[in-house]
Formats: sequence, C-alpha cells, structure tokens
Amino acid sequence: MAWFLRKSKNISETTQREMPDGLWTKCPSCATIIYRKELEEHAFTCPKCEHHFRIGSNKYVDVLFDPGSFHEMDESVRSADPLEFTDTRPYKARLKEAYSRSGLPDAVTTGMGTIDGKVISFGCMNFGFIGGSMGSVVGEKFLRAAKRSLDQRVPFVFISASGGARMQEAALSLMQMAKTSAVLSELAENGIPYISILTDPTTGGVSASYAMLGDIIIGEPKALIGFAGPRVIEQTIRKKLPEGFQRSEFLLEHGFLDMVVHRKDLRKSLSKVLGMLGGGANA
Amino acid sequence: MASNITLDFEKPIVELEKKIAEMRALADTLDIQPQIEDLEGQVDELRADVYRNLTRWQRVQIARHPDRPYTLDYFTHCFTEFTELHGDRAFRDDPAIVGGLARLQGRPVMVVGHQKGRDTKSNLYRNFGMPQPDGYRKAFRLFQMAEKFKIPVICLLDTPGAFPGLEAEERGQAEAIAKNLLLMSSLRVPMIITIIGEGASGGALGIGIGDRILMLENAWYSVIAPESCSSILWRSWEYKEQAAEALKLTATDLVQQGIVDRIVPEPVGGAHRIPEEMFNTVQSVLVEELESLEKIPVEQLVQQRREKFYGMGVWTE
Repeated sequence: MAWFLRKSKNISETTQREMPDGLWTKCPSCATIIYRKELEEHAFTCPKCEHHFRIGSNKYVDVLFDPGSFHEMDESVRSADPLEFTDTRPYKARLKEAYSRSGLPDAVTTGMGTIDGKVISFGCMNFGFIGGSMGSVVGEKFLRAAKRSLDQRVPFVFISASGGARMQEAALSLMQMAKTSAVLSELAENGIPYISILTDPTTGGVSASYAMLGDIIIGEPKALIGFAGPRVIEQTIRKKLPEGFQRSEFLLEHGFLDMVVHRKDLRKSLSKVLGMLGGGANA
Repeated sequence: MASNITLDFEKPIVELEKKIAEMRALADTLDIQPQIEDLEGQVDELRADVYRNLTRWQRVQIARHPDRPYTLDYFTHCFTEFTELHGDRAFRDDPAIVGGLARLQGRPVMVVGHQKGRDTKSNLYRNFGMPQPDGYRKAFRLFQMAEKFKIPVICLLDTPGAFPGLEAEERGQAEAIAKNLLLMSSLRVPMIITIIGEGASGGALGIGIGDRILMLENAWYSVIAPESCSSILWRSWEYKEQAAEALKLTATDLVQQGIVDRIVPEPVGGAHRIPEEMFNTVQSVLVEELESLEKIPVEQLVQQRREKFYGMGVWTE
C-alpha cells in the first residue's frame, strides 16, 4: 500500500497567517492545545515545541517594550494606489479588505518607546497586511522612523516579516529598497546603532535591503529568510531543497545572522547589546 | 542591421521589406525604380507608426530582442581603453556582471553592468544575465575602488533578475544586494545609472542607485517581470500583456512616477536596428550628464542622491 503512505513527514504550513484570537490555540507544529494565557506568558511561542507563532506589531510591542512606554507614530500614512493597479481585483479593494481584516494602517507600525528605560525608535512589520508587502507606505514610515533615530540620537530597532515588495505599486515599491537603504547609510555615518530582527518570513525586496543591513542581525528560531522563495528556487533548479534550507539556523551557520534568539529572550538580548553599543539616552 | 528575428508586431514591416527586395532583384530588367522608392517611403512610415504606438508588452519584447546591444557592446563602443576587472576577491568571478576601467571621451570612469549571452553557450556562461551574490560583490569592490581613486561610476542595467538558486541563497544573495544599496547611497563620486534593456527587480536595483537614472526608450524597469506578475496575481502565465500594462513599466511611465530622470531615445525600430546610432546617443548623453554632475561638490552630491530616493513613493496622509 505504498501509495497510501505520505512521502514527507509533515504537511507544510505555508498558508498560516498571523495568530488567531481565541481562548485556546492549537500549535501548527506539534498540535498541542495551548491556553491563551500560557501562550502570552511564552511570548506567543509554543511551550512544548517552541514553535514561534506569527504575531503582528501590537504583540511585539507587548513583548519588547516597558509597559505603556510605546507610542505609535505616522499611523495616518496610507497607500494611495498611484498606478490605479488592477489584476483580478483592484488594488483599492484589496487595501480596503486588508484594513478591515487586520485593523492595521499598513504592513508596518512605527513609533517610539523604551526598553529597560532606553529610548528606542522602532518599527515592526505586519505579515497579516497583504503578506507584509513593502510599498510606498512601508518605505516612508521606515524613513521617518530612521530619521527620528538620527535626530534624537537613539538606536533604531526594526522587526521584518514580509513576502517582499508590493507588486501593486510596481517600480515605486522597488524604489523603497533604495529609499530605506539610503537612510540607513546616514545612520551608519552618524554611529547610530541599527538592530534588525528577522521573523518568519523575511524574503524578497525586504531581505535584500534593510533586513540584511543591521549592525546586528537577529533571527527568530526557524524563521524563513531568503531572497528568492523556496518554491521559485525549486522550480528554477528542478530539485527539492534540503531540510532547514533558508531557515534562521541555516543563515547563522552560513554567516548571515549574528544570533538566533528565542522570542522570550529577545527583550533581554536587545537591552544587552544596545547597552554596549551606546546610543540610546536613558529616558 | 538586418535581424533574423521578427517580433509579432514587426511582421507587416518585414513583409514590405521582402517585397522591396524582390522588386530590387527585378530592377535590372524592368524600370520600377520609382515604385521601389515609393515602397521604401511606405516602410519608413509604417515603422515609425508602429514604433510610435507600441504597447507596454511590445516594448518588453524589444527590450529582450536577442540582437539588442548588451552591456559589453556599450563598453567597447561608447568608451575607449575598456579594461575588464574580474572577481569579488572572495569566491569567484561572476560573468553575469561585468565591470572595469574605461575612458569616456578621455576621462577615466568605472563601468559596471549586467551581461547577457547571445547564444546558448554564452547564455549558459553568463547565466542569462542573472547574477549570483559574487557578481554584486564584484560590483561592490569596483564601486569602492572608484571612490578611492575619485573616478565616476557608470552602471548599465540589463537583467531578468538576480539568480534564484540554492548556492545564491547559501552565499547571501539578499545580503549582497542590500550591501550594494547601502554603499551606493553614500559613495562619494558621481554615479550615473542607465537601464539599457531589462530592469527586473532587486537584481537590477542591486547596481542601480545613482545621481541620475537614465532609461532607454524601449527598456523596462519594475519590481517583477510581467510573466511572473501574471503567474502570481492572475495565477496563470497567460496574462503577461495585462500585467505589463498594470505594472506601468516603460520609460515614459517611470518618468511620470518620478523614478527616471531622462529617457534616452532609440533609433526608430529599436536599438538593435542601428546600434551605431544608439552608441553615439548613449555616449553623448553620458558625457553631458557627467559634466553637470562633476560641478556639484561631493557632500552635496551624496545628500542630493539620498534626498532623491527619499522622495520616491506615493501615499496619502
């Protein structure tokens, strides 16, 4: 009955979105049923198998910042559909749906807050908003957040989660790679620390610009990180990719990450390195 | 240059040209010179007409024309003393990105560009113009050298994208491109970018930040190739024409979007039809642009370059 046996051990979890809100959650990796409170205590990771749930900016703020210290900024910056893009559906309709489904202004949230009393300019992507895709809004908010670091001489911390550039803004999306990298060159010249945290997934134009430009680059365990997506690579080379390919641990081994840090320890690690790198006046 | 390859929309032109050739063969025995001249006039008009009204997808096809001049053709025709410099000093020499020293009307410049192949053998060698990380790192090295010796940089973009392969990922394709973006944002010499054919995504942008962004009339530049866009958004490869329209990827579109500064006109019928004319145009445009950039103090130049990219994007607030 060979046809009856599954070839791969697990069914892959490629369509998994940001975590659902419910009292009980099933771990997509080990199928453990986890009570909401327990999940929160573990920084939205599975207490049994350490699977890192995809969480958005709001939950990262809770995980990282001193309670009540974070203030969101530039939340009124919105996509304008400059190309009047329509594929099977108009871009405007996709945006509208994304606003109502996620309750978010776009694929990134930015602002300022304190970690162990240290003032930080911060940005975090939301994979739940059109796949965390980078268009004009992400680029502009990134620029402003980085400029705040520059003006106030405080560290810049940015969490990436993105499938890449947003196709519906075409070349304008592509240029956001240049825009964000350009402002990072100003931070570099002025000795402002920039910490880049890569979460599942960080691919395409985001990985090939600011995500890979941190003075320190931290990956969450098992996060998919790469330029091309695994499916595209498999189609190109006509081979199955090895287990663990393009995961954080793979990148660490190949020298592209400084460290892989469990989400529970993220705050501690950040606080420690920022303390030593300087920048970051006490609040 | 007579081309062996005919694009769909060129068929009426080619048919008329065939007719003229047939008539020429008879011209010794028959007195049909006036008719021939008349037809020749018609061909020119038809060609001008067709090329005035190209759709976006048709321009993509011209940008990919196998006879179109490639980077090395420009290096050897628009410049003198082109001296190719190889290797990233780390792993290998990537033939999909070429670069080196050359003179532009006498002044030394650093030239870097994507290189495609013309036939199967050279395409395999050049990996169809799809760079590995090593190509971007070679470019990085050449940019740094240009800054060290205060030599302006000229980049020619022509790639279907950075290579999506296993080794490319292992050696950090994303990191290699990102590092170039960072360096090009702060390089203290004038930098001119020209999109000569295909400008596909991060693979093109990886050598694409500069003070002036020029684009050939029939080149395209976008976040993704129309076919791939079709396959992702329409879930089929069949909608490439629509995707090309939606992406607004031509030189005129990009000027309107505030991304490209100047369109470099091509000969009627595309760069491949009269390459010499194309080389002359590119050379004189580069000289003109470089002369104006060289007047700007370097601090101001770098800040202007950054501000230029800071201004890109459209949003409401």
